[in-house]
Amino acid sequence: MKETVKIKSKKLNVFYGEKKALSNINLEIPERKVTSLIGPSGCGKSTFLRCLNRMNDSIEICKVEGQIFVDEQNIYEKNLDPVLLRARIGMVFQKPNPFPKSIFENVAYGPKIHGLANSGDELNNLVEVSLKKAGLYDEVKDRIDEPGTSLSGGQQQRLCIARAIAVSPEVILMDEPCSALDPIATAKIEELIDELSKNYTIVIVTHSMQQAARVSNQTAFFHMGSLIEVGKTEDVFSMPKEKKTQDYITGKIG
Amino acid sequence: MHLKLSKNTEKDMSKNTELISKSLEKRHRSEKRFRFFGILGIGTAVIFLITILSSIFVEGKGAFKSTFIQLEINFDQEIIDPNKTNNPEEFKFANYKLLINDALKNYFPEVKDRKTFRDLSVFISSAAEQNLMKLAMENIEIIGESKKIWLLASSTIDVIHKNPQMENFLEEDRLINNIQMSWFNALKKNGDIKFGLNTNFLSNADSTEPEQAGILGSMLGSFFTLLVTLLLCFPVAVASGVFLEELAPKNKFTDFIEININNLAAVPSIIFGLLGLAIFLNVMHLPRSAPIVGGMVLALMTLPTIIISTRASLKAVPPSIREAAIGLGATKFQAVTHHVIPQSMPGILTGTIIGMSQALGESAPLLMIGMVAFIVDIPGSLTDSATVLPVQIYLWKSTAARGFVELTAAGIMVLLTFLVIMNSVAVFVRQKFEKKW
Amino acid sequence: MGFWSFLIIFCFLSFYIHWYGTTKALKINEDITKGSKLPSLPSYYGTYSLLWLLLPSSIILICWFFFKPYIIDIFLKESIPLSLVDNFKGNPSMLMDTIKATNPEKIFPGTNPLIIDSAAYYQTLTTNSDSYVFLLVLVVGLISSLVSLRKVSTFFRARQAVEKANINLLIFCSVIAIITTIGIVFSLIFEAVRFFERVPFFDFLFGLAWSPQTAIREDQIASQGSFGAIPIFTGTLLITLVAMAVAIPVGLLSAIYLAEYARPTVRKTFKPILEILAGVPTVVYGFFAAITVGPFLKDFVSSLGLSMASESALAAGGVMGIMIIPFISSLSDDVITSVPTSLRDGSYAMGATKSETIKKVILPAALPGIVGAILLAISRAIGETMIVVMAAGIAANLTANPLEAVTTVTVQIVTLLVGDQEFDSAKTLAAFALGITLFFVTLLLNLYALKIVQKYRERYE
Repeated sequence: MKETVKIKSKKLNVFYGEKKALSNINLEIPERKVTSLIGPSGCGKSTFLRCLNRMNDSIEICKVEGQIFVDEQNIYEKNLDPVLLRARIGMVFQKPNPFPKSIFENVAYGPKIHGLANSGDELNNLVEVSLKKAGLYDEVKDRIDEPGTSLSGGQQQRLCIARAIAVSPEVILMDEPCSALDPIATAKIEELIDELSKNYTIVIVTHSMQQAARVSNQTAFFHMGSLIEVGKTEDVFSMPKEKKTQDYITGKIG
Repeated sequence: MHLKLSKNTEKDMSKNTELISKSLEKRHRSEKRFRFFGILGIGTAVIFLITILSSIFVEGKGAFKSTFIQLEINFDQEIIDPNKTNNPEEFKFANYKLLINDALKNYFPEVKDRKTFRDLSVFISSAAEQNLMKLAMENIEIIGESKKIWLLASSTIDVIHKNPQMENFLEEDRLINNIQMSWFNALKKNGDIKFGLNTNFLSNADSTEPEQAGILGSMLGSFFTLLVTLLLCFPVAVASGVFLEELAPKNKFTDFIEININNLAAVPSIIFGLLGLAIFLNVMHLPRSAPIVGGMVLALMTLPTIIISTRASLKAVPPSIREAAIGLGATKFQAVTHHVIPQSMPGILTGTIIGMSQALGESAPLLMIGMVAFIVDIPGSLTDSATVLPVQIYLWKSTAARGFVELTAAGIMVLLTFLVIMNSVAVFVRQKFEKKW
Repeated sequence: MGFWSFLIIFCFLSFYIHWYGTTKALKINEDITKGSKLPSLPSYYGTYSLLWLLLPSSIILICWFFFKPYIIDIFLKESIPLSLVDNFKGNPSMLMDTIKATNPEKIFPGTNPLIIDSAAYYQTLTTNSDSYVFLLVLVVGLISSLVSLRKVSTFFRARQAVEKANINLLIFCSVIAIITTIGIVFSLIFEAVRFFERVPFFDFLFGLAWSPQTAIREDQIASQGSFGAIPIFTGTLLITLVAMAVAIPVGLLSAIYLAEYARPTVRKTFKPILEILAGVPTVVYGFFAAITVGPFLKDFVSSLGLSMASESALAAGGVMGIMIIPFISSLSDDVITSVPTSLRDGSYAMGATKSETIKKVILPAALPGIVGAILLAISRAIGETMIVVMAAGIAANLTANPLEAVTTVTVQIVTLLVGDQEFDSAKTLAAFALGITLFFVTLLLNLYALKIVQKYRERYE
């Protein structure tokens, strides 16, 4: 299968003050595929994810060394604007975090701040398309002006996904997007991820190996701040090359 | 699997990127502007603070020195001790003003008529007479001799001396007329006018004459008032805080108490003064202007502050302490009194000091219960008429005489000094004794 | 019996009762023939008896403290010879004050001998009545504690009784807050009702003219005062508006900067500096407004060719605004920092800049809390007294021009009540009518604001 690489990290080291959180990560993420990052908690998978759209910038003590390329451009270059980067790389968080605004305003937030819609109609259209893409439109079309917080947990998370895709990002990062949801809502999100992977590059952090196996094409296993193994999902789960990966997927460490 | 890095091809993505990049410069400018406004806000607040403190300092620093005039005083026995008793007690009844007048006449022999002389006699403060009396009573041998003595100048002369630029003012704006100005300059040329330490300021009570007015009376008034406040407020507030936080059942009654306390904390202080006036003075006939009533009013006002901080520091003690004591067979009451209260004492004390410093700066309710009177005597007990530091400041500010402005500012400096000391003690107690759980 | 000798005897008695109760309990415990021991520790029995000494004594003493002046006044009034009342110029209450202020040992020459007699009677009355009360306290306390000692037996649980008494004491202390509120409400209502007997309620609330100068003495020529409070309310409103115009932008911007932009060290330095502004006594602000800001603004405004009163609403309100800054900044800071980080992350992840996040996500989320903070600050501004007393005017002008002098509710309360006044005149009673208006307005603001803030806190906890 012919794949192009969307994101590529080179000798990435991340420090929290004195503590080294990630050491020497070299990882390639293919375009329009789902890559899942797995590993025991505290292994650095979320830290890695937050490096990809420079969300770690806001943490005072966090220091990043090395390079991450998105489409041949190093995002840790001095003159790169994180605002532009984050418009290109959307993110969905562990806990659904809709803004305390209406459903419409939540989705329209990105297009509005970035000035993507020239008219009200265009904006309405954009919101509608995004909600449809997130599979939420039919559920909320009658109450688009109600606060986003009035939705159920799973709907809120899909609202956050709709919010992210409203600015047409190239990549969507998902940080354990289902950990706060019930199984039915989780199934819906997983379906959605599958659907979205046709158009977007998706990186998902998950603590559930089953989820990783279900949704992803490529799986990377992190342990103690190092990337232990990366490969096609079915390969990693059926015949891991490393002992540690084996131990993790069989439940010996975790 | 080494693969070629992808090129972004999709149309709306690149279109968006372009759109966003174009608007970026503007957005970053607005970001900088917003951040600047934030700094401006803080800067304004800090500048206000600095302006207030420095204007007080500039206005008030002069009050700590007084002007003195040197005159050759002839301790005439005819005036001091006309009956030749040589008994210092007899000197009390002499008219020392005559001695000063004679000395002034000798200094300025050109002043002949009574009207002009009246302008001259205002140069010396009436407090100088007291000083001369004391001097004569303590040194009998001085009687009959002449001696050069530095006498306290009146406030008017003091103001002129402290503000040399006033010489150039128009006569009617200057407090003294042209002849007086020439006398002043003569004194200055001869080196017979100087600055000295203002001892009256820290050792006297109020006076109608700025050069004789002092802060000690109101300092003691504040002390007595706060003593009453502390004695009434501390036990009641701690008891009530302990009850509400530790022992009270959760029911409507305790909720009601809580709402009451929160509201009392925000009731304007002057309302407490009206309460004191209506109940303590008019119904109970307690003495007006007395520190004991002032203390009671301030105690009611400070109560919520101390209750709230008591509860906060009790809350900070982890439940494990209580559980440990109760597990050993102590009653809830014993667990609280033996273990929780001692642990939270630093926090309670800090809150109390802060409450007391609020009470020290408070003046509005005290105006209502008559602690705003002009009181020349230094109060000696809880029922004597007294005033307190902030009210004294208010009184001086409302007085027209020019010399009181710097006294007011100096009084504020004294008040602020006490507040700084109290708050530093509070910070010290908090940092030294408070436990981090 | 003097105070100090009373105190010494009382302390001695307390120790003795405690010791006696404890020993009595110990003896019962030693007496093996009785079989079972006491259910509580011996010292609790001592404490129990001590409580029975302290309780009645303190009740009597507190009552005496509060009612002594009243009772003595009654006695004194009866003792004053009628001839003296007739001769005295001025009203009877002034006569009473004169008598009380007269020291029989240090009399001014020419004092009416009848006054001196009455003064001497007053002095003996005060000291003697104290002695009787002290004696009464000792006797009653002794009897009640001795009676309580009889309860020491194996059937009596002293610890429970002592703890119950202590808890009741704590409850009493907590109830003082309620008593205070009731005291405020009733004293204000009582006097205000007396005011509204003289001045119709709606004339007060909606009248447009305020000139409270009524005749104090009958022979004095003065116009009938008018008590329309509208100019006072508008004046208060104007000054509050000026104060808010200063405090809200400065306080809110400071809070935003400290909460969102400042590094921890900057935050740690500037937060306490802002709070100093709240710790400065209001009398200092009053001085600053009257001596520094007032003249400065006046010069400045007149250099622009406008005229300005020296006690303008602008100076008083502006300085009050400085005082209010920390209330708004520290409350808003709390509110802003309690907005969950997940919302910030969500916005940043969308590519929003910091200011966009603040303006479009954080402030809307924090709005209820900020509104609560502003309402509390308004209530604070309305009730603030010293700044306006020192820097605002006394004359009640009905104007919306901040360059003119206006007066406020608190200024009027102070001017009406400070100084010697007959307590029954409409003029002094008007202060209580203003007081109760002030109390209820601030109460409503506070209740509403606290409710908003509480609701806001619950939402994000």
